[in-house]
Amino acid sequence: MTNFLVNISDYFYRKKNFLFLLLLLPPLSWLGVIYLGSLLTFLSHSFFSLDGFTGKINYTFTFNTIFELFNSRANFDILLRTVGLALTVTLGSVLIGFPIAYYMAKFTSSKIKVFFYIAIMLPLWSSYLVRVYSWKLILAKEGIINWFFAKLHMSWLLDKILSIPYIGGPSLSISYIGMFLVFTYIWLPFMILPIHASLERVPNSLINASLDLGASKRQTFYKVILPLALPGIAAGSIFTFSLTLGDYIIPYIIGTSKFFIGQAVYTHQGTAGNVPLAAAFSLVPIIVMIFYIKVAKKLGAFDAL
Amino acid sequence: MTNAIELSGISKSYGSVQALNNINLTIKDGEFFSLLGPSGSGKTTCLKIIAGFEGSQEGHVKLFNEDVTLVPPYKRDLNTVFQDYALFPHMSVRSNIGYSLRIKKVKLEVQNQRIDEILETVKLIGYDLRKPSELSGGQRQRVALARSLINKPKVLLLDEPLGALDLKLREQMQIELKNLQRKFNITFIYVTHDQQEALSMSDRIAVFNNGKIEQIDTPHNIYNKPKTSFVADFIGITTIFLKDDASQFNIKKSFSIRPEFISIKSLNSNSLKDFKIKAKVTDIQYQGSFNKIIFESNFKNALSVFQNTNSTENINYEIDQEYILEFDKKDITLLDD
Repeated sequence: MTNFLVNISDYFYRKKNFLFLLLLLPPLSWLGVIYLGSLLTFLSHSFFSLDGFTGKINYTFTFNTIFELFNSRANFDILLRTVGLALTVTLGSVLIGFPIAYYMAKFTSSKIKVFFYIAIMLPLWSSYLVRVYSWKLILAKEGIINWFFAKLHMSWLLDKILSIPYIGGPSLSISYIGMFLVFTYIWLPFMILPIHASLERVPNSLINASLDLGASKRQTFYKVILPLALPGIAAGSIFTFSLTLGDYIIPYIIGTSKFFIGQAVYTHQGTAGNVPLAAAFSLVPIIVMIFYIKVAKKLGAFDAL
Repeated sequence: MTNAIELSGISKSYGSVQALNNINLTIKDGEFFSLLGPSGSGKTTCLKIIAGFEGSQEGHVKLFNEDVTLVPPYKRDLNTVFQDYALFPHMSVRSNIGYSLRIKKVKLEVQNQRIDEILETVKLIGYDLRKPSELSGGQRQRVALARSLINKPKVLLLDEPLGALDLKLREQMQIELKNLQRKFNITFIYVTHDQQEALSMSDRIAVFNNGKIEQIDTPHNIYNKPKTSFVADFIGITTIFLKDDASQFNIKKSFSIRPEFISIKSLNSNSLKDFKIKAKVTDIQYQGSFNKIIFESNFKNALSVFQNTNSTENINYEIDQEYILEFDKKDITLLDD
């Protein structure tokens, strides 16, 4: 018996690729069948259509469902609104995240760095819903921000901001400004950590070399630090961008009555039972992301990898 | 001759650690000057203060008689070759070398002409479109050199530039560096922990230890007339007799003796020299052209003696055998501490 086992073990040692295949088969099939398979099955529904009378799915190949995204003004607005917000949130996350990541990577002792890691990760360990609802209270008309503006006798300023067409609203908690704030808060860790990682890999001697060769600090930032941090910014923005594209909870809690892609998928799939249109909506973030990564690559975001 | 660099009373500490303690140093224009010392001795910190990457808490830095203590690095007319080369990984060799010209907004044709010139000087023609990651260590070293030389700086700082290269390439680069220095007539300030490198290339050497300069002198004097026991011990191979031991020879200070001045005699032979010591062989190390023989005696420190391996009158020494070691008073070097 032992001899037999030894033989098997020897056989596996000689045929390394066979052993590899055997070990990788379960995780690969999980990824292939359960993960990608179900996703593709769902997405393939976007090429079917819903029969308006019977409410049943008509399994004949058609582009009509996808055309519906663009032909209907309401649907197309949902796409524009979502992509626009995702871009704004990404930009906001970069502007807030970069200085923090830069400070962490270049100016802190290891002790303070640990503090920052924990401070950035801590919110991620608590419930997403709780955090969004807390923001709802903070942004509400009776919330602390309104109170603060009132104490400063600056309520007029807040009112003015809220009266800006499109992005304003009756209160911060029911406006695009509020959504922007909450999204930027929620996804910030996903932006800071990759930027920090990319900046950590930039040795200080490169910065010194740039200064040594006559570049001012400003020139050094644009010519050396920023290009080398771009892969990190790109990685972070892929997170913030795609997470915002797909989210339906924040638009539901903070948003106005106007839909975002996530909400559209949610209602078409659930209440309306229009799986093909839900699938078509889900297709959009994926295509936008592919396009986004292509553009980022073309702009040289991954050159320094 | 004008002074390229003048450091006066430079002190620097990181928290409770004193990195530099009252450094005074004058480097002449066109000199090949080495800062030599073990790691942590303050030589690199000193270089960073000259370059302007670090400030000092006390003292002044003068560059061609102009006080630059508070001037940022990008306004100092000197360039640095970094220990890790610090090539910009996202730029080609050509962009790396032309970086300072682009910053200065030099005309494009002039830029290209000067890059081509310097590529020829450092023998890198044909490599200009590669990324640093596609080069060997020696080639990266040349790119770093070219990048810092293209501006024709009056002073070039080199921070252990050959540290990462293997021995053969290192020796070759030592010769090339020396040639470049002569050709461009630039002041070189060269940081190294390799005493051999410092001795063979420098006009003068400052030996650093614990944030202080132990001695500033020519290589010849550093080797033959070390002032302190640290210098005597750090440079080359030597035997130091501490004060107590030295008194047995009727000498009041510590002194050192180089191995090449000590001869080995059998126990019963007649002594011809001023001092003799009975000593026992503890180790014989083959070094190629010579043997290094370590002796143990009544004195505190072990003695090193060289024996030419090709000599016809060789004795076969054996471990634990006793011999007489002898040397002349004129060959010893008195030390300050």
